[in-house]
Amino acid sequence: MTGTGPEAPADPDLSVLADRLLELVAPGVEAAVTVSDERHGLTRFANSFIHQHVGEQQLSVGLQVASGGRTASATTTDASQDGLARLVTGALRAAALRPPDPDWPGLAPPEAPLANPEGHADRATALAGPAERAEVVASFVAAGDGLAAAGYCETRATRSLLANSRGQRIFSSATRATIDGIHRAGQADGCGLGMSSRLGDLDGERAGRTAAETARASTETIELPPGHYEVVLEPRPVAYLLDFFAVYGFNAKAVEEGQSFVSVGEVQFDPALSIWDDATDGRHVGLAFDAEGTPKRRVELVRAGRSVGVTHDRRTAARAGGTAISTGHAIPGGASRGPLATNLFLSGATTVPVESLIRHVERGLLVKDFWYTRVLDPRTLVVTGLTRNGVFLIDHGAIGPAVSNLRFTQSPAAAFAPGHVLGVGDDATLAPGGLHQAWHHVPSLHLAAWNFTGNASG
Amino acid sequence: MMEYAIAGVEAALAAGARYADARVMHQRSESMSAQNGDIQRLHQDDQAGVGVRALVGSSWGFFATSELTAAAAGRAGAVATETAKASARVPGPELVLAPVEAVTAHWESACREDPLSVPLSEKAELLVSVTRLAREAGAQLSQSYYQIWDTDKWFASSQGHRISQRIRECGAELTATAVGDGETQRRSYPGIRGQYGTSGWELVRLLDLPGNAPRVGEEAVALLSAPPCPEGVTDLVLGSEQVSLQIHESVGHATELDRILGWEAAFAGTSWLDLSQLGSLRFGSELMNITADATIPGALGSFGFDDEGTPAQCVDIVRDGIWVGVLSGRDSAALAGVPAGGMVRADGYNRLPMVRMTNVGLRAGPHSLEQMIAETGEGVYMDTNRSWSIDDRRLNFQFGCEIAWEIKDGKLGRMLRNPTYTGISPRFWGSMDMVGGESELVAWATPNCGKGQPMQVGHTGHPAVPCRFRGVRVGVRG
Repeated sequence: MTGTGPEAPADPDLSVLADRLLELVAPGVEAAVTVSDERHGLTRFANSFIHQHVGEQQLSVGLQVASGGRTASATTTDASQDGLARLVTGALRAAALRPPDPDWPGLAPPEAPLANPEGHADRATALAGPAERAEVVASFVAAGDGLAAAGYCETRATRSLLANSRGQRIFSSATRATIDGIHRAGQADGCGLGMSSRLGDLDGERAGRTAAETARASTETIELPPGHYEVVLEPRPVAYLLDFFAVYGFNAKAVEEGQSFVSVGEVQFDPALSIWDDATDGRHVGLAFDAEGTPKRRVELVRAGRSVGVTHDRRTAARAGGTAISTGHAIPGGASRGPLATNLFLSGATTVPVESLIRHVERGLLVKDFWYTRVLDPRTLVVTGLTRNGVFLIDHGAIGPAVSNLRFTQSPAAAFAPGHVLGVGDDATLAPGGLHQAWHHVPSLHLAAWNFTGNASG
Repeated sequence: MMEYAIAGVEAALAAGARYADARVMHQRSESMSAQNGDIQRLHQDDQAGVGVRALVGSSWGFFATSELTAAAAGRAGAVATETAKASARVPGPELVLAPVEAVTAHWESACREDPLSVPLSEKAELLVSVTRLAREAGAQLSQSYYQIWDTDKWFASSQGHRISQRIRECGAELTATAVGDGETQRRSYPGIRGQYGTSGWELVRLLDLPGNAPRVGEEAVALLSAPPCPEGVTDLVLGSEQVSLQIHESVGHATELDRILGWEAAFAGTSWLDLSQLGSLRFGSELMNITADATIPGALGSFGFDDEGTPAQCVDIVRDGIWVGVLSGRDSAALAGVPAGGMVRADGYNRLPMVRMTNVGLRAGPHSLEQMIAETGEGVYMDTNRSWSIDDRRLNFQFGCEIAWEIKDGKLGRMLRNPTYTGISPRFWGSMDMVGGESELVAWATPNCGKGQPMQVGHTGHPAVPCRFRGVRVGVRG
């Protein structure tokens, strides 16, 4: 089924809705309106068949008001005239009853997007229905040639418009398509994925073949004792870790509160590494502006090992003062959580094929994925978690037997510190972050040491 | 609103579904947060819509819309069926449903003081004052937060269910963070996830946040100079809040039938439990008795009917240490050959209902915390969860707590910082030799349990008491 069916009624006019809402707000009140329309479908499979197949279409309206320094926000799915009137009345009443907001930075000023606001949008993906997603799933499952498959194929299309009483009016639309799954050979799992702004870019067969190869290679495992091991992390575990840097490290609120390890100006990473966030890059996906209406811009975070920047929203930029400006990283509810990088890139000064990284490991581990990792202390960024979906011993530069899953307790900041990055792969790709915040564009990394603190036996 | 649910069901059947159900939900929520004496955020949300679930062959089809009209609900029903039909491209065995009696009913959670009616100014003053108090006690960073949900649901099924419910939930939390030279230390009250329930604002008043704010501030500061929890194998006494997390992660998730059947394999994971061992597998010591009870008044995982129309019930999960029950819905129960457990819920109108913990908790035992400490020659007492990690089969865990005290010769000694412990689930539960009594029972809550794709945030309850475990590895650090 495609968008010509009942799944796709006419697109609502976001601009008209935003104007109607702004007109309802009394003069003299600062107001920002966000109207978003989202079509989402997800095809979920397990035990090699589709078992849960879902879709939704949702129109949501958000309002932020500030009156006399008192602020409140409200959201609704009721876009009727009565619904909008209730939204305005409720938000203004709430703002009036709370104490002043000493950190209110004011509304975002008028500013155009820094990249094509529809650069990450693909009409075919927006209109894709369950049958198109099922085709991708069928390819993934078939590639396992009899192994048990599980995972999902997702399509998402978002159109969003923010307008405020300061004159900012910014629109963006984006699409996203993902195939992410595992093949299982007994208790051995392997994973494969693909993600793009275009469903047509997804190669279910390739992702399924990658997953199946790992699963088949993992059926017989050896158990290794805990300890420090040299590791090659594939892109997936590297992207997994970057979410922790985004939330606990380069977040200006965490830095300001003394809860982050990041110290701008210091060499805190290996000189081989550079990290930046850039939603405007064509290799990423997503909208062109943030939750406050500021255009997303490229922000450099680590340049050749030196911490050089943090992500800001309007609140943290105002508190920082000086030349600090919002970098376009405000998230909904960001006053509590702070601004987050959601389109990270990590790259090396020089990159080599991942086979070369492995050849330079005397004895270590090749890690395919991490799982259920949580922070023990945000300041040191010590985390604990487990390997998943494939770990292999590397012995004298060659991949050896599969290893049963291991628990680690390790600070990724320490693991990426000067002298600890022994090589960077040339296989950079998009992979999901471990805190479900975002996907990041990263390569494989060869690290000098990773602290494994437990194995399957305990 | 029931008419919209019925319209969705009828359209799904007309399109070819052999079973369909629909939920109209109207959810109003409010949250406020404060930091260091200032309100950070005040947000109100009003969401409504209808979600229709249609069964065709081996797959559920589901479609939701925020447009609340009979026509839109009917369109959602038709799309749900067409979506399920598209699953035939990758088919499996036909899904059947365990029998549940169709009823017409209404249920409401008890609520003495409507939380949305408590003046915003009063709620703001509470958060402002407690964060000031904790800060005055020395913590550099003090945060407080409350959340309120007021949900109306109308459920109809092609079997004839016509059920409406109103569930009001709320709760609050307070944290104090001390920032040292190289690390941070945090204390939370009442626990890391606060305390929540299907209750009115009376729950928040009972918490007495102001009375506890100075203590958590002082303890956060004291932790910075406390010695680290030593590494080793020792006896471990856990406070009830940490026991509730241990239950949630290593018992609740492990006994979810959708995980056991492999339906969550790619994301949330599976389970080390094998259905062939149901009724015979030793999960823990004979003192271990776990139930999933959705009927506990005021607990966060309580309701009248689940989102498939199955009445709330109490199911034994572990009895005298033996694994005897699972958390199930109608489809998974039929496949496993057990009665429908009434444990399927969705977090909004736009999400497919899935197996969810209700109130999965430990029955009280014959001991007390005082007795546990008095009868421990050498060990550690840990309280209040700080970190949590467990493998995708729910076997290998490592949990951290905010605070600990050493136990020597039956007495509490020095405060310890950065306490962690690790283990393998059945071995750990098998080492439990003391279980706190009825007077120590607290129905703790997890208001943020993530599961499913698209991700859903579940509200679960976990009655728990202090417990003692023998020979546990503690003090793991990076």
